[in-house]
Amino acid sequence: MAVLELLQYDFMRRALLAGLLVGLAAPVVGIFLVQRRLALIGDGMGHISLAGVALGVLTGTAPVWTALVAAVVGAVAIELIRTRGRTSGDIALAVLFYGGIAGGVVLISLSPAGTPANLNSYLFGAITTTTPSDLVTFAVLAGAVLLTTLTLAPRLFAVSNDPEYARAVGLPVLGLNLLLAVLTAVTVVVSMRVVGLLLISALMILPNAIAQLLCHSFRASLVVAVATGVVVSVAGIGTSFYVNTPSGGTIVLLAIAVFMLAALGAALRDAVARRRHSMAERHHHHEHGADCGHTAVAHDDHVDYLHEGHRHAQHAGHYDEH
Amino acid sequence: MTGTSPDAGPPVLDLRGVSVGYTDHAIVHDVSLQVHRGEVVAVLGANGSGKTTLVRGMLGLARVLAGQIEVLGSPVGARGAGARIGYVPQRHTVGGSIPSTVREVVSSGRLPRLGWLGRMRAVDRAAVQSAIDAVDLTDLADTDIADLSGGQQRRGLIARALASEPQVLIMDEPTAGVDQASQHALGRAVVRLVQLGVTLVIVTHEIGPLTGVVTRSIVMQDGRIAYDGPLSTSMLGPSDGHAHEHHVHDPADPTGRATWLSPTVGDR
Repeated sequence: MAVLELLQYDFMRRALLAGLLVGLAAPVVGIFLVQRRLALIGDGMGHISLAGVALGVLTGTAPVWTALVAAVVGAVAIELIRTRGRTSGDIALAVLFYGGIAGGVVLISLSPAGTPANLNSYLFGAITTTTPSDLVTFAVLAGAVLLTTLTLAPRLFAVSNDPEYARAVGLPVLGLNLLLAVLTAVTVVVSMRVVGLLLISALMILPNAIAQLLCHSFRASLVVAVATGVVVSVAGIGTSFYVNTPSGGTIVLLAIAVFMLAALGAALRDAVARRRHSMAERHHHHEHGADCGHTAVAHDDHVDYLHEGHRHAQHAGHYDEH
Repeated sequence: MTGTSPDAGPPVLDLRGVSVGYTDHAIVHDVSLQVHRGEVVAVLGANGSGKTTLVRGMLGLARVLAGQIEVLGSPVGARGAGARIGYVPQRHTVGGSIPSTVREVVSSGRLPRLGWLGRMRAVDRAAVQSAIDAVDLTDLADTDIADLSGGQQRRGLIARALASEPQVLIMDEPTAGVDQASQHALGRAVVRLVQLGVTLVIVTHEIGPLTGVVTRSIVMQDGRIAYDGPLSTSMLGPSDGHAHEHHVHDPADPTGRATWLSPTVGDR
């Protein structure tokens, strides 16, 4: 049995669990980044984390912890630079991001334990690299991210949705923005094994981009994004085992495939709605009413009128086909 | 005439020798102003006269460079003051990239009442619902706010400000570019607020529709108060270069261009 075969390896069980944690945490944090139109900030944090990983490799410290320190410090710096809002802030961010990745690459190459394969696994994810102690760390970190984010979700929503209003009514805007930056940094680190530092941002953004196409409320978007995140991470890791591809790339390609399907679905849905609208409009020549001669049919919360084999429903001054 | 007459208690808004601006550049100079409970103040003036900066100073969104501003007895920005002051920004649209319903946006207005970690309880949900009802968005409460018209979105922003049941409501250009239906809905909401004794400060270009409710007008000119007193036609004399900015509207005007705040609207 294919699924059982997958689960008989310790490393696969760890990779799948790590993938599950990432799939849960990344979209939850990402939804607020997308709301703030900061979709690419996680990418910058991934760059900075690489320098942290490299320091860990070079000094023989667990890279997860050095990456965590680098990512959190970087996150706070990014948010403070952004808050200043100066034009030079953009340049400062670029220096930070590229300094992170360049420093990471150079430091790893200097370390005796560093190999190109090693670097690749940090950048793009690999299923064989999650150690048991990593898994414990990831579980604790992901748990903390989920608990904090979901507890503060209404406040994070208010600040992301309208920061000026949040400030006017006395919400701690800078504090909440710094917190979101730190949560993003922690999520980047949780993801470094199976998704990889260069691809994690995709898992924060794509599930929310999918939810945005399909949903009409923030709450529903969050649920759909988390479900998508979990499914693509776990499925991506499974696929990567059978096809022998890097897990991060596989997960992200799956997410993009789902995104395209969702975009197609949403376009079809809108086209059908438009067609029903214009069909009804085209041969609508009188006002339907209680005594218009067309049979009235109760349909959920409104009344449709049978009209040459179609059902017409009044909608904001015109008729739709139902 | 609906409304509560202003009482003589401590001022709701107390500005003493206030200069407000951004960075170190003052836009509003040396303004002293006391607003009492139940007053409905229209802040008038040409573009660039400093009206928006003045109210942003009251909200802690612009820098107070001199003097002091107290809102309900505490300095601007004091902890916990947010729930008692409502703000409707000068903006037509709301919403980020992720869809959010009217109810979700309005609920964020309730947060100042909930403290650091408090969750929405039944009483909070009821306050959100009545704020939505107050601006006639009941049927659209669970619609993505980005799908609504500009006027409806503006009403959503007013409902958000009402959700914390504020004692002072500051509105920046609430009628600018708003459709007729939304003007009526706004009018009903404002009359109801006046009856509840909420103090209102309304920055506006069009005083016309406000004549029925406004108890006091402040005209800003070059960052200073040029006039402070009841609405009167005398301030619209031909010598006033800004007369066209704030035509006082005769409620009996048959063209009835905008009746959104006339007392008859509130009787419905």
